[in-house]
Amino acid sequence: MNTILLLAAKEVREGLRNRWVLAATGLLAALALTLAFLGSAPTGTVGAGALDVVVISLASLTIFIVPLIALLISHDAIVGEIDRGTMTLLLSYPVRRSQVLLGKFLGHIAILAFATCVGYGLAAVALLATGKAIGGGSWTAFVAMTASSVLVGAVFVAIGYLVSALVRDRGTAGGIAIGVWLVFVILYDMALLGLLVADQGRFVGDGVLDALLLFNPTDAYRLLNLAGSDDIAAASGMAGVVQNAALGPAVLLAALAAWIVAPMALAAAAFSRREL
Amino acid sequence: MSFNVELKSVARHYGPVRAVDDVSFSAGTGEVIALVGHNGAGKTTLIKLMLGLARPTAGSVAVLGQNPAAGDASVRRRLGYLPENVSFNPALTGRETLRFYVRLKGGRPKEEDALLERLGLAHAADRRVGTYSKGMRQRLGLAQAMIGTPAVLLLDEPTTGLDPELRQQFYGIVRQMGAAGATVLLCSHALNELEGNAGRVVIMNEGRKIADGSLDELRHIAQLPTKIRLKTAEDGTRRLREWMGEPAGLRQINGHIVEFDATPEAKAAFLRRAAGEGAPFVDLDMVPPGLDELYAHFLAGRILR
Ligand SMILES: Nc1ncnc2c1ncn2[C@@H]1O[C@H](COP(=O)(O)OP(=O)(O)O)[C@@H](O)[C@H]1O
Ligand SMILES: [Mg+2]
Repeated sequence: MNTILLLAAKEVREGLRNRWVLAATGLLAALALTLAFLGSAPTGTVGAGALDVVVISLASLTIFIVPLIALLISHDAIVGEIDRGTMTLLLSYPVRRSQVLLGKFLGHIAILAFATCVGYGLAAVALLATGKAIGGGSWTAFVAMTASSVLVGAVFVAIGYLVSALVRDRGTAGGIAIGVWLVFVILYDMALLGLLVADQGRFVGDGVLDALLLFNPTDAYRLLNLAGSDDIAAASGMAGVVQNAALGPAVLLAALAAWIVAPMALAAAAFSRREL
Repeated sequence: MSFNVELKSVARHYGPVRAVDDVSFSAGTGEVIALVGHNGAGKTTLIKLMLGLARPTAGSVAVLGQNPAAGDASVRRRLGYLPENVSFNPALTGRETLRFYVRLKGGRPKEEDALLERLGLAHAADRRVGTYSKGMRQRLGLAQAMIGTPAVLLLDEPTTGLDPELRQQFYGIVRQMGAAGATVLLCSHALNELEGNAGRVVIMNEGRKIADGSLDELRHIAQLPTKIRLKTAEDGTRRLREWMGEPAGLRQINGHIVEFDATPEAKAAFLRRAAGEGAPFVDLDMVPPGLDELYAHFLAGRILR
């Protein structure tokens, strides 16, 4: 355990030193603040609370940006260290490869969690400063959204490690990481939408649709946050989905957890077989 | 007698490439052994086999009595390794880097400061490694290998890119570690610097061990001639040649210097005669066969041991 924490602390220190932490936090804060101000202006007249609107827009932001940041910091983690020769040295120490992977994971999640909490937290604080009344339910939704954003980040960190453990060189890892992002964030949903339109409800029933949504972690995240509470579901236009979906928060969280555990296990297997 | 490092008929093949092929040797405490060979001879692969980072295709490897591929932490703690072209994260300072490795190995608290001091890096300890010269990075590399006073030290081309002064410092430390009981294995293709620094030389070629012994033993086996160079007064070489009986193979270097190669027996005979009165030369130099000649000899395959 000590070893894992030591490795995690080194990852965080390096992240601080090479400005990854600063860049990720700054990016998330800037985008979150922009969305908070754009979103809070007209909502006074509509039913939804100010923070609910922010939760909806930040959730959409998460789906685009958090996987990207996560893949950027994780795709190089193994192949990059092997390439630079630092992995050979590290593995000559009393350290198991699974510890290396877990240590990096903890460190990278800490960086992501810090960036997300600070970035989104600033948006919430800015909203408070404008003097709007915010209900307790909205706060719960906000906290849940922020926490699940970190969870989605963890999913893509794990996927990034899997890529990093499998490929031979760093360029390939970068290319595949971009591909993973495109598929899960853009192409998958487009294809799903196309399928539903073409199918016209003949073959793809609710059960199949649920399964297909769970196969994309960003969809699971979307359902978790946008359909999670009635107010938000109404304001985000997801009410229709909520009624049909048999996917409660527990199932969605389990899907996200599986999306972390499975790629991590595969990455550990690939890494342990790899010769340096 | 148990050895710190013991290889039995070890092979490691990468497809058709026989990176290491049927190599056996053992190394005891206090031995400083140089692994010598051209690029691609299999030195790095041999070290990776001893670290458990490469798995043998055949044969067995034991380091401190254990199979290194098992990754036993107690063995790893007693092992020091300096990789070829060592690299560190350039954004961290020397002290931060070394402290990380000290903790990872369960070293003494503040051990990093003592090591930085010992390797002459104390003044640069709080500078980022990115600002270090090649020699400083190499010294930082040696510092991390020395954490916990390892019983086995594996150094892969430790002196490439070091200037002669640093090289001597480096070998000074290596000899100290050996004297303290560590088994030191170091790879090199710079042969001349091993003289006096490595007690034993293992010559590798295309994955095979082609010679193994102390420098003196190897010279003896190879029966390589010693170069004798004689200096006379101005224009005295004619008389010298006559005195020597115009031996074949005598080389005239200039007006007052001649040189010839003597087998060990011829050398002894010549020296007995030269010690007498009236030998017509003023100075004599003997150059024993260097490692380069030795290496060329074994490579030519005249003697396979
Ligand atoms: N991982 C590997 N895959 C394929 N070939 C390798 C690998 N590692 C080493 N080799 C080959 O094995 C031979 C020995 O390499 P190496 O041990 O690095 O030599 P040295 O360190 O003596 O220069 C070389 O021909 C090299 O190309
Ligand atoms: Mg090498």
